[in-house]
Amino acid sequence: MPSAAAEYLRVTDLHAFYGESHILHGVDFTVNRGEVVTLLGRNGAGRTTTLRAILGLVGSRSGSIMVNGVEAIHLPPHRIAYLGIGYCPEERGIYASLTCEENLLLPPVVRSGGMSLDEIYQMFPNLKERRSSQGTRLSGGEQQMLAVARILRTGAQLLLLDEISEGLAPVIVQALARMVRMLKDKGYTIIMVEQNFRFAAPLADRHYIMERGKVVEEIPAPQLESRMDMLHEYLGV
Amino acid sequence: MTEIFGVPIQALFGQLLIGLINGSFYAVLSLGLAIIFGLLNIINFAHGAQYMMGAFLAWIGMTFLGVNYWWALMLSPLAVGVTGVIIERTMLRWLYRLDHLYGLLLTFGLALIVEGLFRYKFGISGESYPVPETLAGGINLGFMFLPKYRAWVVVASLVVCFVTWYVIERSKLGSYLRAGTENPQLLQAFGVNVPLMITLTYGYGVALAAFAGVLAAPIFNVNPVMGSNLIIVVFAVVVIGGMGSIMGSIVTGIGLGLIEGVVKSGMVANLLGAIFDEVPIVGSIVYPVKLLFSPEASAVTIFVIMAIVLLLRPAGLFGRER
Ligand SMILES: Nc1ncnc2c1ncn2[C@@H]1O[C@H](COP(=O)(O)OP(=O)(O)O)[C@@H](O)[C@H]1O
Ligand SMILES: [Mg+2]
Repeated sequence: MPSAAAEYLRVTDLHAFYGESHILHGVDFTVNRGEVVTLLGRNGAGRTTTLRAILGLVGSRSGSIMVNGVEAIHLPPHRIAYLGIGYCPEERGIYASLTCEENLLLPPVVRSGGMSLDEIYQMFPNLKERRSSQGTRLSGGEQQMLAVARILRTGAQLLLLDEISEGLAPVIVQALARMVRMLKDKGYTIIMVEQNFRFAAPLADRHYIMERGKVVEEIPAPQLESRMDMLHEYLGV
Repeated sequence: MTEIFGVPIQALFGQLLIGLINGSFYAVLSLGLAIIFGLLNIINFAHGAQYMMGAFLAWIGMTFLGVNYWWALMLSPLAVGVTGVIIERTMLRWLYRLDHLYGLLLTFGLALIVEGLFRYKFGISGESYPVPETLAGGINLGFMFLPKYRAWVVVASLVVCFVTWYVIERSKLGSYLRAGTENPQLLQAFGVNVPLMITLTYGYGVALAAFAGVLAAPIFNVNPVMGSNLIIVVFAVVVIGGMGSIMGSIVTGIGLGLIEGVVKSGMVANLLGAIFDEVPIVGSIVYPVKLLFSPEASAVTIFVIMAIVLLLRPAGLFGRER
């Protein structure tokens, strides 16, 4: 059993609504410090909504979201970021009216200990080359790098990465896998929403499977092999 | 005397100066509207009333409290900006998720109430506000006489416009504003207090209107409807420039002021006449256009241009399709 001190995020009985639609029906899961955890599930299972609910970006929500021992369920989104959370949205959210570098510098520093601009440019040389290009002029892969890179500057320790491998060429997906591994080595805590199971499986310590707005299974990485059949059934692959 | 297309050069420069001054007001006012629309998604119909409030507060300050012009130029926009902050916090805030139309109706209603109150209190005959002493008189430029105060209005407006543009396009704060205009939710998830930013932006946009009002006080008659006359033209300017474009509203504002001046000088009508009058058939086709651009019709020039722009580029000259 991991101790409570190692727990970075505990989501309990989380319900979320968009207007009248009730999307999450009591989501429960925990993420420990330094862990990489995935949320797997079919399209529409509620994984993106879970991330958005943690950040306060849904219409309304109830339940409990403990981040680093602080209850976040009643905080406005701009306060939640300061609990040390960085968000890379599914649609990447690169701003067209900002240059690459302005996009990179946009998120405010929420904690000390984030990466410096130089370190980031070392890690993503492409972004340095294209620093003054309009954000949305970058290639899909570069935009994805940018979307992740800009939350590494902020000192956030918990990264919510939504489908970062989606729609990208295999070489770029491999580069992203290396990046996630490097971030894990640096001690980041990461939640990945993924469709691409082959990308996520070797990276994660644990997997949560979601269906119809609930977490239905938890699979620690070592048990993955033996529970493959069940997993396939849930993911419909 | 030198003439250009049948217009005495003095008269032409005189009209150009008037055009430049009107253009300065168009620019400051449409800039405020553009900023507000960009971030709040609200068409601020109260803008004219807020311009009027700026001018009236300056007059009230001078008449009852002995506040001079320079103090008024700072305090009046500040005071009107605070009323904007209150309006945003208590009313506009509830409308963001609804159609533009609701914000337009609310601010239009507020404009009517404010103008009604001022009319009730001060009547409609209007008050005059003296030109500050330091800016009284003028300079003889040889080809024309330039009143110092009018030169100041142009310079002050341009400085305010370009500083605002620079902050929005080049500074960190500006990157928040641009990002907030594009995708406010994500910006807030990054930790930026977007609701506060929206409030202050409305306050600033409104303060710009009041600033223009104080600048206008010594030139125009200060009266409760001074804003509603002007704001209709400013909305046309905004439509021509493209809703929400910062540089677009500045350039379009100044440009249309100048065009209006040139039309008022009679040059455009003379020019069209000189070219087409003698040409058979074409001459009679151009004739109504010539009338539309005659000095007598200069009040509608901007609306004619608006109609043409809307036909050719519905998003405006500088606007992006949304
Ligand atoms: N903004 C929204 N308004 C209403 N319903 C939404 C919205 N976003 C997502 N949904 C619905 O919520 C459900 C879960 O969606 P989502 O969280 O995006 O799933 P996933 O990321 O697992 O594919 C889907 O049925 C989707 O249609
Ligand atoms: Mg999703």
